[in-house]
Amino acid sequence: MRARTLPHTRLRSGGGTRIARSTRKTVVIAAVAALGAGLLAGCADDGKDEEGGSSDGGAGGKTKITLGLFGSFGFEEAGLYAEYEKLNPNIDIDQTVVERNENYYPPLVNHLTTNSGLQDIQGIEVGNIAEVVQKYSDKFVDLSKYGKESDYLPWKWEQGTAENGQTIGLGTDVGPMAICYRKDLFAAAGLPTDREEVGKLWTGDWAKLVDVGKDYKAKGPKGTTFMDSPGGLFNAIVGSEEERFYNASGEVIYKTNPAVKRAFDLTAEAAEAGLIGNQTQFQPAWDTTIANSKFAAMACPPWMLGYIEGKSKPENAGKWDVAAPPKAANWGGSFLSVPKSGKNTEEAAKLAAWLTAPEQQAKLFSKRGSFPTAQAAYDLPLVKDAKNKMTGDAPIGQIYAPLAAELPVQVVGPKDQIIQQGLTDNGVILVTQGKSPEEAWTNATKTIDNNLEH
Amino acid sequence: MTGTAPTHDTAAAPPAKEGGAAPARPPVESPETLRKRARLSRRWQRDVRWSPYAFVSPFFMLFIAFGMFPLIYTAWASLHTVELTAPTDMEWAGLRNYTRIFDDEFYWNAARNTFTIGIISTVPQLMMALGIAHLLNYKLRASNFFRVVMLAPYATSIAAATLVFVLLFGRDYGMINWFLGLFGVDNIDWQNDKWYAQIAVSSIVIWRWTGYNALIYLAAMQAIPQDLYESAALDGASRWKQFLHVTLPSLRPTILFTVVVSTIGASQLFAEPLMFDANKGASGGPQHQFQTLGLYMYEQGWVNQHLGRASAIAWTMFLILIVIGIINYVISRRLRASS
Repeated sequence: MRARTLPHTRLRSGGGTRIARSTRKTVVIAAVAALGAGLLAGCADDGKDEEGGSSDGGAGGKTKITLGLFGSFGFEEAGLYAEYEKLNPNIDIDQTVVERNENYYPPLVNHLTTNSGLQDIQGIEVGNIAEVVQKYSDKFVDLSKYGKESDYLPWKWEQGTAENGQTIGLGTDVGPMAICYRKDLFAAAGLPTDREEVGKLWTGDWAKLVDVGKDYKAKGPKGTTFMDSPGGLFNAIVGSEEERFYNASGEVIYKTNPAVKRAFDLTAEAAEAGLIGNQTQFQPAWDTTIANSKFAAMACPPWMLGYIEGKSKPENAGKWDVAAPPKAANWGGSFLSVPKSGKNTEEAAKLAAWLTAPEQQAKLFSKRGSFPTAQAAYDLPLVKDAKNKMTGDAPIGQIYAPLAAELPVQVVGPKDQIIQQGLTDNGVILVTQGKSPEEAWTNATKTIDNNLEH
Repeated sequence: MTGTAPTHDTAAAPPAKEGGAAPARPPVESPETLRKRARLSRRWQRDVRWSPYAFVSPFFMLFIAFGMFPLIYTAWASLHTVELTAPTDMEWAGLRNYTRIFDDEFYWNAARNTFTIGIISTVPQLMMALGIAHLLNYKLRASNFFRVVMLAPYATSIAAATLVFVLLFGRDYGMINWFLGLFGVDNIDWQNDKWYAQIAVSSIVIWRWTGYNALIYLAAMQAIPQDLYESAALDGASRWKQFLHVTLPSLRPTILFTVVVSTIGASQLFAEPLMFDANKGASGGPQHQFQTLGLYMYEQGWVNQHLGRASAIAWTMFLILIVIGIINYVISRRLRASS
């Protein structure tokens, strides 16, 4: 019996292991397939999520609008999202913020070229607006139908508009610059403290500001400097020029533009004379110099008042004041844009227009100090009667509004940011570290040229 | 079944010569069975031969998709003038991106910095790691605790750690300058002075990798037979002599391995100098004093958006690594031959 069954049994047992092996194989293949499917499903899920989140509504059938921003636009802090959600119960707003534009812009460019990973609304810094308008205008929704052109400063509107008339960015704010100064430190140095008189010390010429710095150094408290940083001063001076790094026809002229060289040399002179602290703005060490009252004056657009407030010790409240600058100058100001790749471009465009409408800009100014780019807002009480705690309730709305009216209409080039950064971070900063102005200029121009070269 | 223990664990009966019931002659098999068995055996052979490839293939497929393709794409891009703002808009440039490197002072500056930072971070790091491993190799109370602590810096995020180091190395309010100030040393500008900045960057690297290397050494040390030490001790060798004449020679392959890994790591140094820059730019300090090749590539590609140039730099770095690999191969062969 056994003998006869032997081959059969063997075969069966062999077949058994075979089955076992092939099951194992199947399991492995299934596992691999499942893994692959999982990966694919992962992608699909993402797509679905986005879709669900934005169109058919994930939470309670609401339409979700996402904003990608940098720095502190302050919409959320000023309560604007909450207000809009109240007005439009079907809308749900969500923002992601990257601290520094240097870290925000390169990925944005990446996402624009691949048409993926973009939020419904994207913020754009003024230093980048030219490049975006020139290279990517076809990737954005035309906002001219949503915003009202007559509300905005004409030049600001123009900056966000492409040659074909398509408006891709609505201006959120402009940066009319003033000089903020410490009344207590000025008094200690024997300088006037009244904002009218202080403004008169340097009216019309940045060189006069540097001269005041020399007086301050002679008599001011030891351990403090007149201004905070070479970058800040240089920035302020070139901010009062119409043509800086590019001329109106779009050529790079920063090296031959006498205005840029003058600004560089004046900053270098002030740095050599020890009138400027050797700091880089917006770095932790610089924040500490604000908290420790290590300098007496700085170039400051209205949004800087909010920054000063954030970094100062409470006992310094009221010690600052705001005086007119030597020349009207602009610093900063961003745009909101709506990429076409978004799922809800219509709703997003409406939100962008609402956020940048005069009433909302006025609210933003009163809460966060971003100065309206909508001239229609200048007469609103929220702007007119705005006061600021750090400056002892100075009427900042009335101080900044006339400055905004005089702002130079600046030529913005595609690589403004790289040029500006090179001139400050690889240029004037070196003078505070003991290099000669010529060495600093050579170092900066070499760096910039290498960076601009393809 | 007889009382003899079966030697097969199959269900089949043992053959006759083992006292089983099975006939001694081979069982009669029909041609069909034979064919079946031949087929099965072929399948089995194919299985043995090809299945391993199937099992390792997921890695290689992923590698081809996410490793090989970028490599080839980068090579292709490096032969073009192409901007990150329009990656599909390529203009043939031949070898220009490579030849221009010869006159690119920023490239050579970055290469020099990579080399010097590599030396001042790798050499002390590995020496300290050896010393620490030697100490940890003694019988210690709570030795596991120390081993885990050694790995803590390695597990920390570089970005977070570097931010802390930036604060420690701050010129005006940094703790290190405060400490040096107690001994009358003037404030050192750690971020802007060339050598101080390089030392500071190296210190972050050293902090992060010393424990990791020490653990590798420790593992190798524990594989050294104890009798070697015992006989050395009998011969009157001190701990130091034992370290020199027993530990070090036995660790030679391990040391070589860590040297290679650290060299590769050093030549790709990127995050530390990027985060350490006071200006938060990618230029490695105002005068590029600690801009490494990795950072320079990043600056060209992602800040200035010159994808073609960045690709060329990436490929030169790759070639440098290959050269390092060859040197390592030659040295290790010499070492093996001499021992």
